[in-house]
Amino acid sequence: MAKPRVALFITCLADQFFPQVGESVVKILRRLDVDVTFNPAQTCCGQPAFNTGFRDEARSVARRVLDLFEDADYVVAPSGSCSAMVRVFYSELFEDDPDLLRKCRELQKRFFEFSEFLVRVLKVEDLGARFAHRVTYHDSCHLLRELGVDDAPRKLLRNVQGIDLVEMQDYKLCCGFGGTFSVKFPEVSVPMGQDKIHAATETGAEYLVAADGGCLMHLAGLIHRQGVALKTIHLAEILAQR
Amino acid sequence: MSDTGIHSDEIHQIGGETIANPRLAEAYRSSTIRLYTHRLNSVSGFAGFERLREAGREAKRQVIENLDYYLGQFADNVERNGGKVHWADTAEEVCRIVVDIVRRATAKEVVKAKTMVAEEVELNRALEGAGIRPVETDLGEFIIQLAGERPAHIVGPAIHKTRDDVSDLFVKHINAERTNVPEELTAIARRALREMFQKAGVGLSGANFAVAETGTVVTVENEGNIRMCTTIPRVHIALVGIEKLIPRLADLGVFIRLLGRSGTGQKLTTYTSLLTGPRRPGEDGPEEMHVVMVDNGRIKSLADPKMREMLYCIRCGACLNACPVYRKIGGHAYGWVYSGPIGALVTPEFVGIGQARELPFASSLCGACREVCPVKINIPDMLLHLRSEAQQHAPKPTEALLPERPAFRLWAWVMRHPALYRLGAKFARWGQFPLARKGWIRKIPTYPVSNWTKERDFPALAPESFRERWKKL
Repeated sequence: MAKPRVALFITCLADQFFPQVGESVVKILRRLDVDVTFNPAQTCCGQPAFNTGFRDEARSVARRVLDLFEDADYVVAPSGSCSAMVRVFYSELFEDDPDLLRKCRELQKRFFEFSEFLVRVLKVEDLGARFAHRVTYHDSCHLLRELGVDDAPRKLLRNVQGIDLVEMQDYKLCCGFGGTFSVKFPEVSVPMGQDKIHAATETGAEYLVAADGGCLMHLAGLIHRQGVALKTIHLAEILAQR
Repeated sequence: MSDTGIHSDEIHQIGGETIANPRLAEAYRSSTIRLYTHRLNSVSGFAGFERLREAGREAKRQVIENLDYYLGQFADNVERNGGKVHWADTAEEVCRIVVDIVRRATAKEVVKAKTMVAEEVELNRALEGAGIRPVETDLGEFIIQLAGERPAHIVGPAIHKTRDDVSDLFVKHINAERTNVPEELTAIARRALREMFQKAGVGLSGANFAVAETGTVVTVENEGNIRMCTTIPRVHIALVGIEKLIPRLADLGVFIRLLGRSGTGQKLTTYTSLLTGPRRPGEDGPEEMHVVMVDNGRIKSLADPKMREMLYCIRCGACLNACPVYRKIGGHAYGWVYSGPIGALVTPEFVGIGQARELPFASSLCGACREVCPVKINIPDMLLHLRSEAQQHAPKPTEALLPERPAFRLWAWVMRHPALYRLGAKFARWGQFPLARKGWIRKIPTYPVSNWTKERDFPALAPESFRERWKKL
């Protein structure tokens, strides 16, 4: 069987703030004998503009994404939120243009969030990773409720050697990031984040793990400011550890 | 001195005050979690619940897509049963119709059941202005009427009041003895109200459902006060939002099960009343039954395919209880009578986006509301739609150097040009140099990022981007 060809959609957050997440994804996929490519013409999926109500601006950015990945078998992104943008909300952006909508539907069939891709497409649950720490998994809302992925990250984590995966109270509750919500309503976003951090520390976990750069950036920023004894980490970073 | 006007633009201030008030914050937190948990317990052991949701959604879709037909059928049947139907386009018309009926009945008092439509049209103010005394008989409504407040929650109007708050109000307004025993507080309200049911010439209710097939007004409650309001006084007025229709009596079984479980976690509420016309010879009940059909902005939403689904709402309040934002900022922050995720849709639709432009943004779009909605309204998606409406029709005056639209135009232009994106990232790395310490930035003075760094550190850009590292991988 020919190697599956995967084009990375690395997301602007991971590109600029968390490049180690992208590197971890590359490492894992290559170990699984996947042909990984990265098209440097990519930037952002358009979500910030879409979520702030600027659909024309979002569409102009999203249009490029439709063109960039035409010849990949699969497109994989280490973010539930950006994946939901493409898989769910692109349909709305292009609903009035039949040609672009067709292209959009075609891309949506090949576009996957990272953990979802591993478990549902490659059917891999054990990556031979090792991470001897207690961790708790935070469901990011878009991955959980727009894409309906809650099991894949947990299956992958459970198979990590030495890991102690514990669930926190209200693990399905939003952490308060919400994209531009975090700066439009900081007075609400921050206490929501504090609740999440409190729930995570209650479990005695060393690490809060999530599959979305947005949640992690918000929670890590709060943790760092407040000096809480909790670390944040992206799912891919754990899965790449040996 | 009840609250009037729309304060949705004060959401930051009122929400912030609620968050900063430990008593209020705890009242919202514990009440919403209690109701959320009750709902969860009542649906998790019920295998048919998903099918009920589908059936409820389908029945509502059928009504809303064919509303003209069902409205006609319902009105004909109400009249056939001996009731009188009134049509009101606006809040003012609702109030005028009700005041006229009360005057013709020469009543001085109106006993009221809990009805969100009456709140929406500010009926109490109109009644008081006409020299008529509105008496709220739902315990929660009774409490907030004494406090001069609007409902804090669609189902539990006084959800934000502790028993001590209630006691304070009873001591101050109705000369009650101080107590914080819930049963005693209820008994005090009961004594005060019992007399009013006998005295009032008119009883007014809303409707949880209106059955087109039979012309029946259905009310659902736990206290028994609605049954009293609708049967003891000589005249009964029901305010019915035009979206309250359901096609057949057989559909009612679906909806009362959805409503009880979603709202309070009850399999069935204590009382379900089916009111089909005024009294008949030899029976109890009111001599006159008036049904006021209320538009007040609903037809405008009906005409908008993007927002139409909002009219499926059965006002169960489940989305409020599930919403992490509502749990923090509370009901009054939404600035009008409807609150929470559904309020953030209804208010801009009914009062105009210009008066409520902040509401669609007051959400992290987490989708917890849609997850619990008994008729699966896609609330987050409609909030996104309203955000784009807000940006088009009511752009916000900005604190930033660059207003939002030009800022996002610039952003989109950069994102369409990878070379500019790389250049921008390079400049940002130079720019952050004096600010970043060990990978973190403590303060960024410019809006909107300044809002981030008030209470959170901001991560510094990585020394090398992924695209630079990729070349070496």
